[in-house]
Amino acid sequence: MANEKFAYAPAPESRAVVDLAPSYGLFIDGEFAEAADGTVFKTVSPSSEEVLAEVARAGEADVDRAVKAARKAFQSWGALPGAERGKYLFRIARILQERSRELAVLESLDNGKPIRETRDVDLPLVAAHFFYYAGWADKLSYAGYGPDPRPLGVAGQVIPWNFPLLMLAWKIAPALAAGNTVVLKPAETTPLSALFFADVCRQAGLPRGVVNILTGYGDAGAALVAHPDVDKVAFTGSTGVGRAIARSVAGTRKKVTLELGGKAANIVFDDAPIDQAVEGIVNGIFFNQGHVCCAGSRLLVQESVQEEVLDALKRRMSTLRVGDPLDKNTDIGAINSAEQLARITSLAEAGEAEGAERWAPACELPSSGYWFAPTLFTGVTQAHRIAREEIFGPVLSVLTFRTPAEAVEKANNTPYGLSAGIWTEKGSRILSMANKLRAGVVWANTFNKFDPTSPFGGYKESGYGREGGRHGLEGYLAGAADPTSEHASEKESATNEGV
Amino acid sequence: MKVSEQSRLAVFKTYKLYVGGKFPRSESGRVYEVTDSKGGHWLANAPLSSRKDARDAVVAARKAVPGWSGATAYNRGQVLYRVAEMLEGRREQFTREVADAEGLSKSKAAAVVDAAVDRWVWYAGWTDKIAQVVGGANPVAGPFFNLSTPEPTGVVAVLAPQDSSLLGLVSVLAPVIATGNAAVVVAAERAPLPALSFGEVLATSDVPAGVVNILSGRTAELSAPLASHQDVNALDLTGAPAELAAELEASAADTLKRVRRPSPAAEDWTRDPGTSRLTAWLETKTVWHPIGV
Repeated sequence: MANEKFAYAPAPESRAVVDLAPSYGLFIDGEFAEAADGTVFKTVSPSSEEVLAEVARAGEADVDRAVKAARKAFQSWGALPGAERGKYLFRIARILQERSRELAVLESLDNGKPIRETRDVDLPLVAAHFFYYAGWADKLSYAGYGPDPRPLGVAGQVIPWNFPLLMLAWKIAPALAAGNTVVLKPAETTPLSALFFADVCRQAGLPRGVVNILTGYGDAGAALVAHPDVDKVAFTGSTGVGRAIARSVAGTRKKVTLELGGKAANIVFDDAPIDQAVEGIVNGIFFNQGHVCCAGSRLLVQESVQEEVLDALKRRMSTLRVGDPLDKNTDIGAINSAEQLARITSLAEAGEAEGAERWAPACELPSSGYWFAPTLFTGVTQAHRIAREEIFGPVLSVLTFRTPAEAVEKANNTPYGLSAGIWTEKGSRILSMANKLRAGVVWANTFNKFDPTSPFGGYKESGYGREGGRHGLEGYLAGAADPTSEHASEKESATNEGV
Repeated sequence: MKVSEQSRLAVFKTYKLYVGGKFPRSESGRVYEVTDSKGGHWLANAPLSSRKDARDAVVAARKAVPGWSGATAYNRGQVLYRVAEMLEGRREQFTREVADAEGLSKSKAAAVVDAAVDRWVWYAGWTDKIAQVVGGANPVAGPFFNLSTPEPTGVVAVLAPQDSSLLGLVSVLAPVIATGNAAVVVAAERAPLPALSFGEVLATSDVPAGVVNILSGRTAELSAPLASHQDVNALDLTGAPAELAAELEASAADTLKRVRRPSPAAEDWTRDPGTSRLTAWLETKTVWHPIGV
């Protein structure tokens, strides 16, 4: 009985709140425009494969035009009093709150994630992020980066498809607060919310050129990162692309922050409150279809409670509802793209081929769209690909340990270091584990919590720099004692003389 | 018969590397001639370290990380302060070595040594303060305890400045170990002697073996294996010539090392260093826990 889902009538959120145009241009210098070479691409809803809109595909010429617009806008935006910049950001935060239902539905349509998450997690965090950094704009000299921290100039920002609008907020809010202007490229599978954000900027009266949005593919992102007039590069995405970016900026004065992949250990001790831990495990790996760089994708469970935890986990997984992202009862939505589905499928197959045992609850998947049932693997060793590689999908690898030292050893045995989870009732053990885990975010007796005031970012090959909080300003400021600062201020005074 | 001071034959020092708390020669058996700054007068034969020496130094540094990063900040502060005490006691020796290395008058060299001692004391005091300055509680919108603290990044490879053989060296090295990291330092290529002697200061200062490892030799030869090394977490390019710096940064990208680029202009080693050399080698860890009864 416990394994059966309650029957619910469908409860879809209305799509009527979103007014989609058949096609969208690039947002450059305050106006929508076609790509220079006129190319476009289609964005589809991953839950139905329905084409949502046609979107301009930026090329090198468009990148150049956008960077020029941002450079021009920087002269006045960077010189604007912080209090005025802050008020623009407060306006944006408020408009985002007002339009949050529309944007949540749009995000669920374009990304495939459940409306429950876009409505309750993505959108509230997006608005909160702008609200938080709005307040920093006129307080930068108190942030600990010198008495007169200066903006860097033009920020080139490339974001992924897993939290399109939230990643946009993480990038744009601190950049603007610090006085930079931005050129942002959303992922090719989720371009729409960034284009709607352009409209939010219009409503807020943001000066033209301060925010430029270039929809397109990886080539546009690479051109943006490599553009000689970009002063700052911020990227969230795969470790592979992160490496390429780090190589491409070598020898330049560009400041870089990278938020890359992860393979987080979620560690459950024998004294953990099992029911809470199971909720945490489920939230850790199935939140956002597992399309989360900090997902708790490796469950490390203490051997003595392995059976109990796995039984409870399987029971809980059997109640997860996979389906229509717009249905308010849905727990797990669609996989973002056919390409990502193929990657998840192939890694799961590798898990089986390498000898791990696969389990998934009986689960009816829709006939169109991209879907993957919540899946767990037991009998996983540290050598298995599913224990080493980021799957970025709803697939959990279960490993066991006997002692805390073994848990630490296994948890840290990865080139990644983004996040980790600890479940135990013993406070001293939490603190000792938290000290030893090489990860930028440690969730103890909770998981996948985010807040604009809380710095987020990785150790090791999960990247460098932090987003969120006071720490998140550093990547957008030229500090007093920083060797990049002399360069930035020289450049700025040179530009000012030209005005 | 008493030998007069003028005619007494001096005892030369064999300059050796400092790796894993020991003073080995280069495994390659190679040395190179070190002359004074004018290039005329022979000072010593310094070890010409090999790639293998660099890799051995990384192994020694990695071994030292758990103990040193796990030591209390107070303990690290006292150990660093002890280094300053030992350096102070050898002022005359370092004055002579710096004067020879940098072509300074005795009084100017003495001032440089004094500044180096004071710089080291300054960093010794930072060990138990930096976490309070750069970390702290985050007021998240929910019932959670949320704390960010800085942690050492691990093994840091440091290319010491070429233009300042002692003050420059301590200015780049002290912040690396004050923050709990272990260092592999490549000394100034043409003026490595003060750095090699500094190893002797460290060895008598309670600095655990492997926390600092000092190599002399060709910067280009030693920096390449350090920049690409899988077990090096961060790279300070301060002493890298511009053309080499870009190449090393690109090489470090494969392992996503934290890289501090060389300053575009010559650095003034006498000015207030700020905290950027401390924070460059720190990671921020943020821990969440629910609040409830």
